[in-house]
Amino acid sequence: MEGGIWVLAEQWRGRLSDVTYELLALGRELADGLGVPLQAVLLGQGVKELAGTLGAADAVLYADHAGLNSSLPEPFAEALAQLATSRKPRAILIPLTNVSAGIGSLLGERLQVPIVNFCKEVLLKDGRMEAQCVLYGGKIEASIVASCEPVIFGILSGGRPAEKGRSAAVPAVEEAAVDLPASPVLFKRFVEPEAGDVDLGAQDALVGVGRGIQSQDNLELAENLAQALGGAVCGSRPVVDQGWLPLARQVGKSGLTVKPKLYVAAGISGAPEHAEGMREAGLIIAINSDPGAPIFNLAHYGVVGDALDLLPALSEAIQARKG
Amino acid sequence: MHVIVLLRMVPDVVEELEIAPEGNALDLDALRMILSESDDHALEQALLLKERHGGRVTVLAPDAPEVDDALFTALAKGADRAIKITGLDASLTARGLGHACRQVLASTPGLMPADLILTGAQAFSDLDAVIAPLLAYHLGLPHVGIVSHVSVNPAAGSVTVLREYAGGVRAEFEVPLPGVIGIQSAEKPPRYVPVAKVRAAMKSQKIETAGVPVMADGGNALIQVTGMLKPEAAGHAEMLEGSPEEVAGRICDILAARGLLQEVR
Repeated sequence: MEGGIWVLAEQWRGRLSDVTYELLALGRELADGLGVPLQAVLLGQGVKELAGTLGAADAVLYADHAGLNSSLPEPFAEALAQLATSRKPRAILIPLTNVSAGIGSLLGERLQVPIVNFCKEVLLKDGRMEAQCVLYGGKIEASIVASCEPVIFGILSGGRPAEKGRSAAVPAVEEAAVDLPASPVLFKRFVEPEAGDVDLGAQDALVGVGRGIQSQDNLELAENLAQALGGAVCGSRPVVDQGWLPLARQVGKSGLTVKPKLYVAAGISGAPEHAEGMREAGLIIAINSDPGAPIFNLAHYGVVGDALDLLPALSEAIQARKG
Repeated sequence: MHVIVLLRMVPDVVEELEIAPEGNALDLDALRMILSESDDHALEQALLLKERHGGRVTVLAPDAPEVDDALFTALAKGADRAIKITGLDASLTARGLGHACRQVLASTPGLMPADLILTGAQAFSDLDAVIAPLLAYHLGLPHVGIVSHVSVNPAAGSVTVLREYAGGVRAEFEVPLPGVIGIQSAEKPPRYVPVAKVRAAMKSQKIETAGVPVMADGGNALIQVTGMLKPEAAGHAEMLEGSPEEVAGRICDILAARGLLQEVR
């Protein structure tokens, strides 16, 4: 099947990621708009049965190889390059996650074709694919077109509901052979996260702190609010990198994805890496001194101001209401 | 051991970004440039490895506004040699830079062979590539990215790294040297260096320059930015204004109306 839209089905540790279905939903719109088939490409070792859940695609292309057992970008890019060379897709959609990071870059270079990262959307304009990309930590959105095909799109998660890309239909599965060199890099083991003192995923309310909290001493202000709300404190990457909060409290791309009823973002800019972990929260209230902070595009309510002033005022007001 | 660190300047997004009149690029004159955050971590990791195992650290950076400050700061922190890549087009993309670095690494005396090449796992301006895997690809070296811990096994001639995945899960890999590692976080936050030490480095040390002979098209022509905008309006939060006490009161009303003050009690 030539000329299709491809979606790289992201499987990690034997499971398909939700982002796979989000990309299938987007890929379906593009394929229908262009009048071409939608194909999911599943790569791994002994994971053929996962193809059964990819029914939103017209067909699944499956390659099984021992080299696809560890999640490093090199073998995946090589396998995709081999498959794409003979089958000539028009576009290849690749999740921009930690699992799949780097695959698109290597594939683009290997095939000498365009690659566009940080896509939150790919639209058809006059029959041409145009990507809308989130740059500079969410401060700028850019429209991008490519000069030739296939185009590789690195797609941020959250662009479509995963449900839209799920289907009970049973897709046709084509098995393809790939020839991969042995990797010089040796996988040793997975390191599971240390159990934190609180289960962030079980909290109804989370107070997320970012760089704007300024120092570890100020964490107390967030702790007080979390206590008043009956929830817990979590943080974005810079706060964890500084050692102010343990890794188990990190929300975002490398950390946890949370869906509390209430998320108070204090001093968090709202870069895509953090947004990925909290955008599904029921109610998001953001406090940031920068009126242009991307968190305000995500939040339901926003306050331009110093979190260090508002956090104690809010804790006090809540305590007063609760009597 | 010899560690090379590729550093890059990016716009400081704490400042207001301005779009150039043509509408498809940032206004470079209105930007303040700072060292990309994960590159700062890559430098820190290199300095920690030097302290632990000896050897030397070379920092390499494409020319950009304020890059001299970043390179002198790296020297003041303990890097041994600083090289600025000149002659690059200001619109050069990450992919083009990958090609330029390959040339500079091959043609500058004393750079290769290196034991380790470190760079930030990502920069928020890299529209068309993640640079670490591309560098490894061009140099024919092994690579692991999104790394938050590096330890050297001198006897085995390898490094053991922890690569981040999702949900706090990491994986341990052993990478034979020489290799390229994309650093997400150093073991410790990047060190602070007093301005006086940076000034001293400016007086006593030099930044070398390395030109890129001929810049073949590095993928620049493959994509075009047709427009840029600052996202706002759509789905924008309802903004609350007033004194902290007034805003706190409003938020309490909102939480109470949604039953959140009771539920989460």
